[in-house]
Amino acid sequence: MKRVMKEFTGGNAMVSVLAVLASFIVGGILIAISSTEVQTTITYIGARPADFFNALWNSVFGAYDAMFRGAIFNYKAHDGVQMIKPITETLAYATPITMAGLGLAVAFRSGLFNIGGTGQIIFGAMFAGWVGIYVDLPFYIHFPLAVLAGIIGGGLFGALVGFLKAATGANEVIVTIMFNYIAVLLLSYLLKTPILQAPGSVNPVSPPVRDSAKYWFFMGDQFRIHGGLIAMLLAVIFTWWLLNRSTLGFRFRALGHNPNAAKVAGINIGLTYVLVMGISGALSGLAGTSQVLGTEKFLTLGVAASFGFDAITVALLGRSNPWGVLVAGLLFGGLRAGAVTMQANQNVPIDIVLVVQSLIVLFIAAPPLVRAIFRVKESKKAVAA
Amino acid sequence: MKQSKRTTISLLVLSLIGLWLFVSAPAGTTEISISTDSDIFKLPSFGLGVGFVSGIAFAAQVLAVIASGYFVLGRNHKTPRWVVILFAVALVFEILVGLFAGKTMTFTSLLQGSLALAVPLIFGSLAGVLSERVGVVNIAIEGQLLAGAFVSALIASLSDNMFAGLIGAVIAGALVAWVLAVFAIKYVVDQIIVGVVLNVLVVGLTNFMFSTLMVSNLPFYNQPPRFDKILIPLLGQIPVLGPVLFNQTLIVYLMYVAVAVVYVALFKTRWGLRVRAVGEYPKAADTVGINVFRTRYVSVILGGALAGLGGSFFTLGQVGAFGKEMTNGAGYIALAALIFGRWNPLYAAFAALLFGFAENLQYGLAIIGSSVPSEFLLMLPYALTVVAVAGLVGKVTGPAASGKAYIKS
Repeated sequence: MKRVMKEFTGGNAMVSVLAVLASFIVGGILIAISSTEVQTTITYIGARPADFFNALWNSVFGAYDAMFRGAIFNYKAHDGVQMIKPITETLAYATPITMAGLGLAVAFRSGLFNIGGTGQIIFGAMFAGWVGIYVDLPFYIHFPLAVLAGIIGGGLFGALVGFLKAATGANEVIVTIMFNYIAVLLLSYLLKTPILQAPGSVNPVSPPVRDSAKYWFFMGDQFRIHGGLIAMLLAVIFTWWLLNRSTLGFRFRALGHNPNAAKVAGINIGLTYVLVMGISGALSGLAGTSQVLGTEKFLTLGVAASFGFDAITVALLGRSNPWGVLVAGLLFGGLRAGAVTMQANQNVPIDIVLVVQSLIVLFIAAPPLVRAIFRVKESKKAVAA
Repeated sequence: MKQSKRTTISLLVLSLIGLWLFVSAPAGTTEISISTDSDIFKLPSFGLGVGFVSGIAFAAQVLAVIASGYFVLGRNHKTPRWVVILFAVALVFEILVGLFAGKTMTFTSLLQGSLALAVPLIFGSLAGVLSERVGVVNIAIEGQLLAGAFVSALIASLSDNMFAGLIGAVIAGALVAWVLAVFAIKYVVDQIIVGVVLNVLVVGLTNFMFSTLMVSNLPFYNQPPRFDKILIPLLGQIPVLGPVLFNQTLIVYLMYVAVAVVYVALFKTRWGLRVRAVGEYPKAADTVGINVFRTRYVSVILGGALAGLGGSFFTLGQVGAFGKEMTNGAGYIALAALIFGRWNPLYAAFAALLFGFAENLQYGLAIIGSSVPSEFLLMLPYALTVVAVAGLVGKVTGPAASGKAYIKS
């Protein structure tokens, strides 16, 4: 038992927990200094210190309490639906983030840096949206077809990056960053032309997706969660199987460990690049389907929101392990959902999420820093590793 | 396929665009105006037949392709750079004249707008050059620009002094670069991860401070004084280029100096040689007694300072007030310019100008009501960069040790 404890306090799990804690503390400091109550009470802190500490506690606790009520369980609500709505909101945000995060995790494990989550989500959403809007088929064909189109759309856009890397050695980081912008601009163009724009509309918005192509809203229309959640869990299992149990995943990981050794071992490096980026893009494309065929129900310029970048942080936080990505996705989904309530109730701008999120990743990436902050000793095992 | 042949074939393919423009050229003329009111020598505007210009431009492209083929198959085995430049100029001119067919193209204002858009890109690409030449990938240019923009607006408003704002911007950019350096060099974190995350962090922080602090009292926190334009005597009166280059704010003049200084420092001084040695082969540099870590810190932070300065152009040089996420991806275009410019400060500056020109063209076209969708012009920098990194126009290779942490053994 002692050994287990020691391993935990010195090991990676502890670092992750402490990193999250440290980020929340920094977030709390930001919330406190931006609160007008705190600002006014600090001017007479010498005369009435209690006022200051009260204001401090109210601002920070109030904000994080609002976050809890927005993300997990709203104990102040009057009816059951409102009470459990927060957790469903968390799941609704977590769905696309986790899916895209899985996609990036596949790439990271194979030693490829896919920053193109945004572009791949958009391509997935465009393909799925087009099929969902303009094809008229019975539900049992239409829905799978639309999802498949999204997966193929994201997959092709990703595979193109892999192909460029294989054929010309183009750096995938640069190419994916550029492809993100190209995808956004292409979507912006298509939403202005009859190809995707709703007839008669002056706004860059597509017509709604047909009912037969939509995800199943299994908790009714007052909640925003839908069958995408099930697709997300299937995607987690698939990615786990792919990376840890399949021959293909073995090749991916071999490539990630040492491309030269992989080549000597007879792995077709070029083809593997294409496959890695294709599957990575396909998972991001799936995230696009969850948005357009589920949560949003039509295509807008904001269809990818910030999910592409959230996915990077989720994949990093989850250490590119599918189950870790799931946990990280739920955490960041909760942060998003909670921040909406926090902004509405406590006037704390939603941007605090970006700060907390990026700090978490920075801290996790540098375990020595976290250990230095909390004065935790490094375990022997961690040193050996 | 051999690298050398790729260039020729790319030019050949691109010349098809030229051919198509020539064949489909309308019969009208394009009016070109190249004077502004401040010129001493007023040049009359003149009309050019679209078909005539397209024909000449297309002929120049054909000549360039033939020349390229001649050099590749001949002794050189390589297309000289001037052939590529000739080709590019001819094609761009043909496209411009075609776009403005039957309308007036006010050349000077087109160039002025391009330079204004290019200034932060040039500063940003210099930051990238300094950072990547020493072996640290700088994806955080965007964050450095944004931090510079925010801090310069805040400090200049509070102190009512533009120069204080400028210094604040330099420090803010350097600070972001310092964080990048610490994580990349000391904690050996993947440099791309740090860069991406830093960008998100700066967006989060500036948005947060904007919504809480600045919005509470806009005139007090977010109404900085702006730099005035300074007309340089004589130089400013050169036709066409004078008003574009020499009737600008202080920040733009600082940019000219920065490009020259970075170029000279990197390629003509001992310090620059050390920087490049560390970026190419840190182990060898270490062996001969260069302090790899210190060289990396200094160069990365200097770069960040320049990017911060570039960020101040958004506020003190142009708009005045800070706006949420006002850099709008300029840092990523700067990154593209740096790669397109092959990690060379001069080429990177020209690439940034080209990207600024492409971005500005949409405004020019919107005014005359052209039917070309602005999205495709905006895509140009990104598409060109993909073409560049895919090695279709000559091979692009960065510093060998860029992106790799150095662990002293």
